[in-house]
Amino acid sequence: MARAAERLVKALTWGCATLSLFGLGLITLFLFREAIPFFRHISPFSFLGGTAWYPTQEPPSFGILPMLAGSGLVTAGALALAVPFGVAVALFVGEVLPRGLRDPFKVAVEILAGIPSVVYGFFGLVVLGPWLQGRLGLPTGQTALTASLLLGVMALPTVASVAEDAVSAVPDSLREASLALGATHWQTMWRVVVPAARSGMFAGVFLGMGRAIGETMTVLMVSGNSPVWPPSLLSPVRTLTATIALEMAEAPVGGLHYRALFAVGAILFLFTLLLNVVGDLVAQHVGGKR
Amino acid sequence: MVVQGQMVQLSQDIRDEGAPAFQVRDLSFFYGKEQVLKGITLDIPKRKVTAIMGPSGCGKSTFLRVLNRLYEIVPGARATGEVWFDGRNILDPRVDVVGLRRRIGMVFQKPNPFPKSVFDNVAYGPRIHGVRRRELKAIVERALRQAALWDEVKDKLHKSAFDLSGGQQQRLCIARALATSPEVLLMDEPTSALDPAATARIEGLVRTLKEDFTVVIVTHNLQQAARVSDHTAFLLLGELVEYAPTEELFTRPKDPRTEAYLAGRFS
Amino acid sequence: MKKVWERFGVVLLAGGAAAVLLTLAAIILFLALRGAPALSWEFITAFPRRGMTEGGIFPALVGTLYLVVGTAIIAVPLGVGAAVYLSEYARGGTWVRIVRVGVNSLAGVPSIVFGLFGLAFFVKALGIGVSLLSGVLTLGLLVLPVVIRAAEEALRAVPQEFREGAYALGATRWQVTRSVVLPVAMPGIITGAILALGRAAGETAPIMFTAAAYYTPRLPRSPLDEVMALPYHLYVMATESTFFWKTRHLQYGTALVLLCLVLVFYLAAALIRARIRRRKRW
Repeated sequence: MARAAERLVKALTWGCATLSLFGLGLITLFLFREAIPFFRHISPFSFLGGTAWYPTQEPPSFGILPMLAGSGLVTAGALALAVPFGVAVALFVGEVLPRGLRDPFKVAVEILAGIPSVVYGFFGLVVLGPWLQGRLGLPTGQTALTASLLLGVMALPTVASVAEDAVSAVPDSLREASLALGATHWQTMWRVVVPAARSGMFAGVFLGMGRAIGETMTVLMVSGNSPVWPPSLLSPVRTLTATIALEMAEAPVGGLHYRALFAVGAILFLFTLLLNVVGDLVAQHVGGKR
Repeated sequence: MVVQGQMVQLSQDIRDEGAPAFQVRDLSFFYGKEQVLKGITLDIPKRKVTAIMGPSGCGKSTFLRVLNRLYEIVPGARATGEVWFDGRNILDPRVDVVGLRRRIGMVFQKPNPFPKSVFDNVAYGPRIHGVRRRELKAIVERALRQAALWDEVKDKLHKSAFDLSGGQQQRLCIARALATSPEVLLMDEPTSALDPAATARIEGLVRTLKEDFTVVIVTHNLQQAARVSDHTAFLLLGELVEYAPTEELFTRPKDPRTEAYLAGRFS
Repeated sequence: MKKVWERFGVVLLAGGAAAVLLTLAAIILFLALRGAPALSWEFITAFPRRGMTEGGIFPALVGTLYLVVGTAIIAVPLGVGAAVYLSEYARGGTWVRIVRVGVNSLAGVPSIVFGLFGLAFFVKALGIGVSLLSGVLTLGLLVLPVVIRAAEEALRAVPQEFREGAYALGATRWQVTRSVVLPVAMPGIITGAILALGRAAGETAPIMFTAAAYYTPRLPRSPLDEVMALPYHLYVMATESTFFWKTRHLQYGTALVLLCLVLVFYLAAALIRARIRRRKRW
């Protein structure tokens, strides 16, 4: 009886663990099942390299280069904000802040990550966008810059928390050794802690990048969504994610447009997968060393 | 009160005073590729205190964990050889470890009460073995009395076990082990985390427990081995160097390495 | 001279951290100040009226609660089960490594891709249609890795001595897990589950194609009905509705309610965590 129960529980929990893997497999399968037929009509080359996206014209053209560039530009802008501030937060929390204040600060950063993306988008739409428009004298406030700023705030907690984990994983004995040699607190931080935590910080950058590229609602609401080529920071741009969100409702199921959007999804999927694997490898590299 | 195991029952009939509790034959032990025990052969007598001593890293804790097969919860651990207990080789994979561990209690280095009340800690073993609720109270009281803790805790049975002092917590762990009515008590450096007064109480307790139980105690403390045990085994780097009645081993060691250890030249 | 530079560096770090805090405070305060006037009992309990230019957000609020509860029913048992397997049963091995890589990868998949998958699989292939159920299944898969990781972390934090003590008394693996490990890990597991549900409450992209309706005249009566949801409602009101500039006050109110809802989840998790830390005695 007890043994049967034991086996049953083991099988059940195994099933639960395997199901998450199965879910990932299903996602891969269904994305590609819907996307691959698309490439029978359109060559991958003209899909990735084409600069015109007119999915509903006759004949349609499906070039996602403007969206690739839009996603790239917005993500780069976001990282330019999230990486320095994220690392500063990690170092401040891990090395400067007294222990008692660390947890409240971390909760605040966590809340920043917890604010729904649609709320960020709304904030950008009604506050940040118009403000930037007025300040910079732009024809519209819905620009790549607006999206970058908001995405930067949203990716910051990811960068900060992964980097902070790396900073706090640096053993105190290293800090003490450095201080005992007469190094100042600041020197210890830059010459001992940062190098030791470097891999973790890079991992944070990769994961933050994945977060920024995959973000949908915020960019959809604030970036203007025009697939222009070449994109600029102060003009409206459109990202891969926003394209899916905007057009899926109008694309007839099973049609070429529908499949094109799944192809965009598959590219996003592969790219974020790659970023995660690289991020994990870099993070494990830290673990392996110790 | 012992509910018998389901799969392989260990026969109860051999209770002959003369027969040893454990017969260990050519026992070797590996963690992955590292060999921790090397061909150990010895008999552990019933209702006596047997001390396993040696410097840290000699494999004495591992030896103890073979006797109740607790080593199995660490992945990559493997034992070869034979350990006979009550007519069965307990290394046989068909042996029911649950039934085995019910008959062989264990006390650990650091007191490890569960984050539950005093009562629930002692009642844990009987409960998982299906003892009925109305019998529990008597069992808990008996076990706490055997562990010489009853008078100190009888008014706080439903307080958290963490409210007790370190020494009390360790006696609670002894009571918890005794509550399943084991025949053997394995003790893994039970006093290493305690102060001298608490240590003295536990040692006194060990001496009284041997009237009813076979005790195997691991220690790196020579004086403790000398004070509480009837037989002592000296382990060094996974090898059994010497095994003799305690007095003999301490006064007339046969092996030069034992002599060196007693003189304080290792550890 | 060196000292001055170092002090400047610390000030710079503190300034960066402070800027982050200020941003958070600014966003919350702004939404609170602008949203508060829209809040009323009617706003919370009434249906939208006149093409969503008046009235309340009741069906969207209820829809979000349904989605959260459904997601909890799907993701929490599965996630905790998976974590128990990874941390208590498997303990190492190739399969565990593969599963863990899978879980990490799943955690990094963009939410819009979950939406696409939900559309292709639950809505079309399984024929469930755009419904509460499809949305819940999609969101469940989305938060599953969050639940698994948090639960695994909580299980790993249980001292090994507790397990050894229970095994030595003859407990089976499941008895050890159920009566010793899970009770100790439970607050941590609950914290993780709450955070995951807070995430589910705020997600828009995964439910856009799988569950969310622009407007429903009544509350959903079965899991196969479409639902309104707060995040989608806010998105639609702010960008797609005919007179979006006329309903800004309602949008602020909706944003504030959504923000408060999510903050409640996060603060609850933070409080439980602080309590665990304070009460921990081993």
